Amino acid sequence: MKIRVTLNREIKEIEISPDDYLSEVLRANGCKSVKRGCDKSTCGACTVLVDDKPVLSCTYLAARVDGKTITTLEGEQEEAVKLGQLIVAEGGDQCGYCTPSLALTTIAMKRELISPTEAEIVHYITGNLCRCSGYVAQLKGIKKYMGVE
Amino acid sequence: MKIVNSAAPKKDGMKLVTGAPVYTDDLAPKEALVIKLLRSEHHFARIKNIDTSRAEKVPGVACVLTHKDVPNKRFTRAGQTYPEPSPQDWKMLDEIVRYKGDEVAIIAATTEAIALKAMKLIKVDYEVLEPVLDYKTAMAHASIVHPEPDAFTHFEFGFKPEKNIASAYYVEVGDYEKGFEESDVILTRNYETQATHPAMMEPVATYTYLDHTGRLVVVSSTQIPFHVRRMVASAMDLPMSQVRVIKPRIGGGFGCKQTSASEFFPAMVTLKTGKPAKIFYTRKEIFLGTTRRHPFYFEVKIGATKAGIVKAFDVKAISDTGAYGEHAGTVMSACAEKIMAYYKTEGYRFDGKAVYTNHVSSGAYRGYGKTQGGFAIESIMNELAHELGMDPTELREKNIIHPGDHLRLGTSHVYDEEVTRQDTCELEYCLKRGREMIDWYSKYPSVKVSDTKVRGVGMALAIQGSGVLNIDSGSATIKLNSDGFFTLLISATDMGTGCDTILAQMAAESLQVPLDQVNVYSADTDVTPYDDGSYASSSTYVTGTAVRKASEKMIETLKSEVALILSVPIEKVVYHEGVFSVDDSTLTLEALGYKLNRKQIVVTDSHVCDKEAPPYKAGFVEVEIDLETGKIDVLDFVGVIDCGTPINTNLATVQAQGGMLQGIGMALYEESEYANSGDEKNASFLTYKLPSRKDALITRVEFAPSYEPTGPYGAKSIGEIVINTASPAIMDAIFNATGIRVRNLPITPSKFYELLKQTE
Repeated sequence: MKIRVTLNREIKEIEISPDDYLSEVLRANGCKSVKRGCDKSTCGACTVLVDDKPVLSCTYLAARVDGKTITTLEGEQEEAVKLGQLIVAEGGDQCGYCTPSLALTTIAMKRELISPTEAEIVHYITGNLCRCSGYVAQLKGIKKYMGVE
Repeated sequence: MKIVNSAAPKKDGMKLVTGAPVYTDDLAPKEALVIKLLRSEHHFARIKNIDTSRAEKVPGVACVLTHKDVPNKRFTRAGQTYPEPSPQDWKMLDEIVRYKGDEVAIIAATTEAIALKAMKLIKVDYEVLEPVLDYKTAMAHASIVHPEPDAFTHFEFGFKPEKNIASAYYVEVGDYEKGFEESDVILTRNYETQATHPAMMEPVATYTYLDHTGRLVVVSSTQIPFHVRRMVASAMDLPMSQVRVIKPRIGGGFGCKQTSASEFFPAMVTLKTGKPAKIFYTRKEIFLGTTRRHPFYFEVKIGATKAGIVKAFDVKAISDTGAYGEHAGTVMSACAEKIMAYYKTEGYRFDGKAVYTNHVSSGAYRGYGKTQGGFAIESIMNELAHELGMDPTELREKNIIHPGDHLRLGTSHVYDEEVTRQDTCELEYCLKRGREMIDWYSKYPSVKVSDTKVRGVGMALAIQGSGVLNIDSGSATIKLNSDGFFTLLISATDMGTGCDTILAQMAAESLQVPLDQVNVYSADTDVTPYDDGSYASSSTYVTGTAVRKASEKMIETLKSEVALILSVPIEKVVYHEGVFSVDDSTLTLEALGYKLNRKQIVVTDSHVCDKEAPPYKAGFVEVEIDLETGKIDVLDFVGVIDCGTPINTNLATVQAQGGMLQGIGMALYEESEYANSGDEKNASFLTYKLPSRKDALITRVEFAPSYEPTGPYGAKSIGEIVINTASPAIMDAIFNATGIRVRNLPITPSKFYELLKQTE
C-alpha cells in the first residue's frame, strides 16, 4: 500500500506493507537518526514526531501516519545543533545512540511546555533511556536549552 | 599548553547528538541480505535431524545454514589476547544446543520478513537432555554440559568439563592461617550476586561484504577488532590476511561487545553467497543470546583483632558461566587478584570455580569479577565493623594501604616490587572526603524521619585495574600531513567513553598543537595499528602511554628532519608549539608539512601494561526506607575516585555518574530472573528494569588529587571502578537504617520486606 506523508517538510509517497512499523520505514527512507533499541517501545530511541507529538515509532504502524506530518531529527537540524552543543559541552553525549531521540523529544518539549520545573522536564523525557551517562550531564544541558535554572 | 586535564568536548559529539548515520546498521548496504538466527527452544538438546528444505524454497531466501554447512571448528567467542585463556568450547553451529537461545540455523534472505517466514518452516527434531540449571550444584550434576571430546584450552586453567567446571582459580597469599590464629574475631558469611546485563543501547550489529580483491570485510559494533579478525579467520578457515575488520561508532558496550556474538553469521553467509549480509540483534536476542554478568556465590571468612586490625580472609567462590566458558577463568582470577589486595593482612586464600550450566553464557561486563568480589569483601568488612562495634570508615582507615605500600596481589606470579608498589593510592583521601561530603557523622548509622520512614548511610571501598599486567597492549600511529596537522591512528575502540578524544588530547598536548590539529581514526585492521581493544580499563592508561610515546617520537623525528633541511646538528633544533627554531631561523609545522610531502613521516609506538596502577574509590550512600511498603530510595550517592589525573574532566565525571547509576541498578533492581523451568522471565526492557532519569539526580562525583607517574599525564583508569561500591554500601545503609541485612542481590523491596516482617 502507499502512504502520503509530509516527512521533514517534504511531501512524500511511500510504498509500505500494512504490517511495517514506522521506525523501519523511516530508516529505509534515509532517516537514520531513528534508532532501534528495544523493539517494544520501552527505550525511547525510536522517537519521532507525528503531527508534532513524540511517538515511539518501533511499535507504531506506518499505515497510521497516512496524511500526517512526520518529523525526525533530520528535519530539526538547527535546533539539534543548539541543544547538541549544550549536551556535548557537559560531556553528556557519550555513546550517542540515545541522544538523537532525546534531542527530538526535548525539542518537542520546548514547544509544548512553558517554563517547566526540573521535575516536569525529567518527567517529559524519562521515557528515553540512556545507559552511559547517568543522566546528570544531559539534564544540565537540557535545562540550559529550556532556559530553566 | 593545557589540552589534557580539560573539559574538551568529544570530537564525535555533535555528529552523534544530531543523529548522523554513524553506527553499524546505519552504514550497512541497502542490498545486504538480512540474517535471522533460529535459536534453540530447549535448554539442552541434541539435534537429531534438521530439515531446511521448505525454508530454502521461500522466494527471497538466499541460504539456510545448519551445523552441517559450517566449518567444524571449536573455539571461543571471548575477545581476549591470544592465546585466549577461555576454553575453546563454542562452535558457530553445533549439533548440541546448550541453552534456550543457542544458535541452531542461519537464515539469510532479502528482507527480514522473508527470513522470519522461512525460519518458521525449519523443522528440527531434538533429543531433549536433562539440563543443568542450578550453578551451585552443577559440579555434581549427572548431565555434562560439554561432553564433546574436542573442547580444549590453550593452557591449564582448571578446565574439567566432566565435572562441569569451565575454569578454576586457587591462590594463597601470605600466611592466612597464622592470620586467623592471631584473630580475636572470626566471621563467616555467604553472599550472592545475580545475573545482570550490560544493556548498552545499541544492539549487537554486524555487516559483511567481499571487497574488490575478494577479501572478507567485517564491519561491526565491536570492542575488539583485532580479536574479531583472528576469530573470524579461524572460524571460517581463512588465512588472517583475507579478513579485514572495521569498527564504526559503537553505541555502548560495557563488555558485551568484548564477546563476538554476531560477526560469524554474516561472515559465513557472505562467504557462501558472495553477497553483503547484515545482522542486527533484537533486544530479546541480546538478553537471550549474548552475555551477562557472571552470577557468583561466595563463602567468606574474615579474621581480625578486637582493635580492628584485619588479619586474614578466606574466600570460596562459585560462578555461573552458563553454556560457554567465555571469560569464565579470567573473571574469576580478576576477582581473586585485587579484591583483598588493598588491605594489609597476614594473608588470604581464594578458591574459585566457574561452572557450566544450561543458561545463556556469562561474559565480560564492567567490573569483571571485581564488582562481584568487591561486594563480598566490602560487605564482610561492614559486617565486621558492626561485630566489633566500630565505625566502618574507621575500620577501613586502620587497614588500607597508602602510597609507597605494595598491593598484595592474589596471584602466584612473583612480580618485581616496582610493579606492585603503589605510587598513587589515595584511598585515605577518598574515604575522608566522601565521609565529609555525605556528612557521615551526623547521619551514621540512621536518622528516623517519621514513624514509617527511616534513613541510613553506608559505605564501601573499591579497586579495579588499569589494563591487565604484562598482557594488555596498545599502539598508536601518528602521521604528519601537509599543512602541519596530524592523523592519530589507534585501535582502541571508543564506545562512548570518549577515548578517541582523550587519546587525541594526549597527542595534541605532546605535539604542542591545538586539539583540532589532531584527527583521530579508529579502527580498521588494515590501517590502524594493533591494539587488544578497549576493555579491562586499558585505553587511557595503556594505549594512552603508546600515544604519548609515539607523539614524543614524532617530535624527535621531525627535529631530525629539520636538522637535515637546515644542515645543522639535531641538538640545535628547538621545538615549541608548532614552530621549529635553530638560532634565528624558524620553520613552522605547516611549512614542514608541505616540505615533507616528499618524505612521508609516520611514527608508531606501542605499550604493554607493565605496572599495577589501579584506580581506587570510596562510595557513600544515603537511603530512605519506607517501613510500610519496603520501598528503598537512594537519596544521595557520593563517589570520590582516585583515577590519577583525569585527562578529560567532563568525560571522567560522566563515566563515573553513568557507572554509579549502573551500580545502583545492580544493587536494587536489575536481575535476569529465571523461572523454575530455567526460562529467563524478563528478557526485555519492559521487565528488566534499567535506572531511568527519575532515579538519577543523586550521583555526586569528586576526584582525589592524584598523579600516577607511570600513566600518561598522570592518568589511571576510570571506566569500570565506578560501578563497584554501590551494592555493598547500599546493603549496609539499609542495615544501618533497619537492622535488616539482605545478602543476595538485588535488594528488592519484596526481599527486604519479607525479612522485615520475619523479624517483627
